[in-house]
Amino acid sequence: MTTTENPSTPAPEIGRDRRRKEDRRLITGRTRWVDNQALTGLLHLSVVRSPFAHANIKGIDTSAAKQVPGVVAVYSAADIGADQVQLPCAWPITKDMKSPQRPALAGSRVNFAGEGVAVVVARSAAIAKDAAELVEVDYEELEPVLDMEEALKDGATLVHPEIGTNANAQWVFDSGEAGSGGDVAEALKKAESDDDQIVVRRRFRQQRLVPVFMEPRSTVVDPNSEQLTMWSSTQVPHILKTMLALTLGLPEHKIRVIAPDVGGGFGGKIAVAPEEVLTLLVARKLGKPVKWTETRSESLLTAHHGRDQVQELAMSVTKDGQITGLDVKLIADMGAYLGLVGPGVPILGAFMFNAIYKIPAYRFDCTNVFTTKTLTDAYRGAGRPEATFGIERLMDEAALELGMEPLEFREKNWIKHEEFPYTTVSTLTYDTGNYEAATEQAKQMFDYDGLRREQQERRRRGDVKQLGIGISTFTEMCGLAPSRVLGSLDYGAGGWETASIRMQPTGKAEVVVGVSPHGQGHETAFSQIVADQLGVPFDDVEILHGDTQSSYKGLDTYGSRSLAVGGIAVVKAAEKVIEKAKPIAAHMLEASEGDLEFSGGKFTVKGTDKGVGIQDIALAVFAAHDYPEGIEPDIDAHATFDPENFSFPHGTHLCAVEVDTETGFVSLYKYVCVDDVGNVINPLIVEGQVHGGLAQGIAQALYEEAAYDDQGTLLSGTLVDYTLPTAADLISFDTANTTTASTTNPLGVKGVGEAGTIASTPAVVNSVLDAIRHLGVKDIDMPTTPYRVWTAIQSASGHAGRADEADVASPGAGLGSTASDISKGDTQGGHL
Amino acid sequence: MARIRTTVDGLVYEDDVEPRMLLVQYLRERLGKTGTVIGCDTSNCGACTVHLDGMSVKSCSVLAVQANGAEVLTIEGLERDGQLHPMQQAFHDNHALQCGYCTPGMIMQSIDLLGDNPDPSEHEIREGIEGNLCRCTGYQNIVRAVQDAASKMKPGASATQQSSAQPVAGGGA
Amino acid sequence: MIPAQFDYVRPTTVEEAVQALRDGGDDAKLLAGGQSLLPVLRLRMADPSLIIDLGGIAELKGLREEGNEVVVGAMTSHHDVARDDTLRQHVALIQEATKTVADPQVRHRGTLGGALAHADPAGDLAAPALALDAQFVIAGPNGTRTVAAADFFEDYFTTAIGEGELLTEIRFPKFTGWGARYEKFNRVAQAWSIVAVAATVKVEGGTISEARIGLTNMAGTPVRARAVESALVGQSASEENVRKAAQAAAEGTSPTADADAGSDYREHLARVLTGRAVLAAAG
Repeated sequence: MTTTENPSTPAPEIGRDRRRKEDRRLITGRTRWVDNQALTGLLHLSVVRSPFAHANIKGIDTSAAKQVPGVVAVYSAADIGADQVQLPCAWPITKDMKSPQRPALAGSRVNFAGEGVAVVVARSAAIAKDAAELVEVDYEELEPVLDMEEALKDGATLVHPEIGTNANAQWVFDSGEAGSGGDVAEALKKAESDDDQIVVRRRFRQQRLVPVFMEPRSTVVDPNSEQLTMWSSTQVPHILKTMLALTLGLPEHKIRVIAPDVGGGFGGKIAVAPEEVLTLLVARKLGKPVKWTETRSESLLTAHHGRDQVQELAMSVTKDGQITGLDVKLIADMGAYLGLVGPGVPILGAFMFNAIYKIPAYRFDCTNVFTTKTLTDAYRGAGRPEATFGIERLMDEAALELGMEPLEFREKNWIKHEEFPYTTVSTLTYDTGNYEAATEQAKQMFDYDGLRREQQERRRRGDVKQLGIGISTFTEMCGLAPSRVLGSLDYGAGGWETASIRMQPTGKAEVVVGVSPHGQGHETAFSQIVADQLGVPFDDVEILHGDTQSSYKGLDTYGSRSLAVGGIAVVKAAEKVIEKAKPIAAHMLEASEGDLEFSGGKFTVKGTDKGVGIQDIALAVFAAHDYPEGIEPDIDAHATFDPENFSFPHGTHLCAVEVDTETGFVSLYKYVCVDDVGNVINPLIVEGQVHGGLAQGIAQALYEEAAYDDQGTLLSGTLVDYTLPTAADLISFDTANTTTASTTNPLGVKGVGEAGTIASTPAVVNSVLDAIRHLGVKDIDMPTTPYRVWTAIQSASGHAGRADEADVASPGAGLGSTASDISKGDTQGGHL
Repeated sequence: MARIRTTVDGLVYEDDVEPRMLLVQYLRERLGKTGTVIGCDTSNCGACTVHLDGMSVKSCSVLAVQANGAEVLTIEGLERDGQLHPMQQAFHDNHALQCGYCTPGMIMQSIDLLGDNPDPSEHEIREGIEGNLCRCTGYQNIVRAVQDAASKMKPGASATQQSSAQPVAGGGA
Repeated sequence: MIPAQFDYVRPTTVEEAVQALRDGGDDAKLLAGGQSLLPVLRLRMADPSLIIDLGGIAELKGLREEGNEVVVGAMTSHHDVARDDTLRQHVALIQEATKTVADPQVRHRGTLGGALAHADPAGDLAAPALALDAQFVIAGPNGTRTVAAADFFEDYFTTAIGEGELLTEIRFPKFTGWGARYEKFNRVAQAWSIVAVAATVKVEGGTISEARIGLTNMAGTPVRARAVESALVGQSASEENVRKAAQAAAEGTSPTADADAGSDYREHLARVLTGRAVLAAAG
């Protein structure tokens, strides 16, 4: 230690449970949501939408709408060239991927219910809506395409006849071909003829969900400033800006995109939405500022959906519990068009089906399909929840077939903590983790053994309310993403992130980041990082984001990347500030650079008490009266960080539910999760992210589904029908962390935004089944509504078919019923 | 058009409004009270919750004309002399918000809840805010915040908190 | 979303309201608490030309005892019904059901009369009103008339309130000393009832001497489970007896099938929930 150590050096900010800087405006109502924007002369846009899932447009009569006082214009697609637009898909997953044109407004054919066919522009939103109702559209109905498996069959009605198929692309990973493992077909074949192995085959359904960010989307375009300015409720202002330029042929430097306060996204605001393009086209055509704000029902109908897969899984395993192969066949519903990253979403799952397990042979085969439904794209977890659900459900099923305790079976196959770094069968290298430690702590907190005893007691007594325990030991890949990896996956951009630090004359720091928050607390967490890096007070740091004029370069917020990639860019920028300040400090201290050390915001000369603070240096370079020759008087810095690897948070989630066997009602009883998200910058924010993530994952298991009828009409088109959990439906969760620092970034962080959602869904479904499996129930499709649970119990007990006869080596029960069957009350034929 | 006179956050306003104008639109579009937001069209989400004559209501399910002669309190009227209402403070202290979109409605409803029941159990809090949807927090820290505020708004809690709490904690009283 | 254009009047007496209905013709719509009507207008599932706001009619609000009855003004809010001491003492069932309606904000605005006149089969107040033999006072151009609950609910969203008429009062006979329970079954806290059971019973010396049971969402109108009522009378309130009697709960019902429940499931729920409601009411 040197003699110059400052006794007043503040405690490290990293790790502190700082209250958020963002809160003040949000709790007092001084917010900047896009819809708050009121510009002089602002016009309002309303979209006329198709009530049909699939139809030819024979004609549009706008004359009555144009007569409404206050209406400025009514446009069909051709009037503004909206039918010529090709909304972008940035992820062509294969060379031969089929990409049908996705227009901003349908010109001659609509391909999902809710697709826009015309727009009305008026002096108020109310008048625009009044007039929109008067636009007469002559439709010629076509067959809807609703079932993704039927859609792939020969002779199926085609969503887009011009591409000749409903198949979008097929993407395959084979560990035998990749050299990362064996040939799974051989492994399964061998297992089938091996008395010491079994093959467990199951079919699972990932239902369609809606992200339901609380702030409905809104866009305002002012065409009259030097740069055309778009305010939009988006997660991706930078991507949006570049894509608008590319899509519409506009010069990129003439566009400014602002994401002000954004009320949640969860992947749902990763898009170049048709309405964003329409607002821009109309604003430019009229030379007036224009606003579009969606209603909730419009949002449920047209903002992109998530999930929606059929999973056919086969696992070979030795009778003493060693996995020998895993075969994954997916069909994923793209909906009517390809979203910005839609086709790549299921592909992210390719790397996660093997999860935390050592699997010697693995194959992943995914076929994306077009249907006449709302398109699907990223929703919290994006591909990884689907994979985690599949593998964690299958682990339970295999344990059951083997007669092993499900946790014991998992432990037998997972990567041991001493085996890290570990390269998986899907070619990713997990840097750190400790599944044993997280599991042990979770079991303790949960009282796993005690609850198992209670479960036995209730079974013995034949209680109406049976207890079930579900497990999910998950990992995920976060920190999207190493640019070269994205390149190898044919993604249309890199995965780097940027940050700039601008030191003010008074010593305050403006930090410009390329990530774009919408609830994550970046302003607080990044301030903590900068405070530690530069040794300046937390309150002296301002984080700027979400405006392409100030934050001119970035790749925005998704995939739990903001800290693991964006946060590291902040660290790199701070390092550059210190590097640039060093020669100036040496000059001011009349010392040589080699004798300086930087700590607690101060350069000091080793072995002396001479020092100068970084904030003083900022003032010195502002004055610039006296600085060394040959360097610029400036300590500001910009950094771009491209990660070398993903990060791999993991955790053990344990869920207990009570199932009312008389009514089928499932209530949460206890939920414990211990997550390893690497080093924690702010434990308060981490805990909050986990809580919210859990609620969304639990909602998939128990409550939510975007269901369509047999005409392709969305049944869950309002929040009355798309049932989000309320506070009264959930319980308080017990959360904790174990920590193995990531070794692939200097903060040792991993990311936390999606963990709760990815992990919780299988834990809950496993617990529901665990509660009633002794009654003969094999499987229940999500969401496990009371009706489905009751029906499953009924059919298992022989009232409607014999589910308990399902063959071990054939697809599990619980298949087949679609939402439209349910809507018709068709309860025949077993599980729902 | 109908003529209405309302008191909003302590100020009196007189306006001509279309009968079809919702109270939330009047607040946002005519008075610039954009702190109150719209989250749905079926009165499920509660983001637009304000107090109307001392009781929490969803301002998307009240016509502006129905507020004629009434007193409206929004999230923007809670601060007193630059001091946060204890419920606002508790939301901040307990990290009870993330994106913040549901927050105005949550805070207004939580204040109303404590007006009816100053010492609610966790179960009563969860039921008391069941008309407000949040997609970020899983509600856990919101429940904590309401418990925290309840303890600070109790008689005997510090005087400054009391004085700022009293004028607006009257839900249903 | 914004409702379509309409005219608006706010009468201050029942007579004025009746006159407004006459003037407004077919397209006039009464606005009570507005908690069902306004969402419907916002989604533009209805576009009345005239809204008659009953909120300014003082005589429609409040509760009073009249001999053997508790009389509740049609415009009395759910919030006031849920906390009224007289109802707690004499008509506990309507109060128990009212506490489960929607959420606190909606209960602040929504009214007893509005909910009953709306007659949504999944609404929570019709079944208890039926079980309690409430009387509905309806005012119209020819004065007032009174309709028994059994005749009031006619079909989905349809009641005995005729053209040009409005509901002014609901008169509940006193059920002093009866136990009450509204057993509501829904998917999430905000959701409408899939099925619910309103039960109120009089227990004397451990024996059920009288029982009233109404079912929510088991038909287009609320349904009285009379077979269960008569099976319960004279029985001790044991779990076995009650559950046995409850087996008749689905008799005479005609439940619909939708995504939340098939009709067989609704019938099953009616039996299970009836047993639970009666046991709780008797306990």
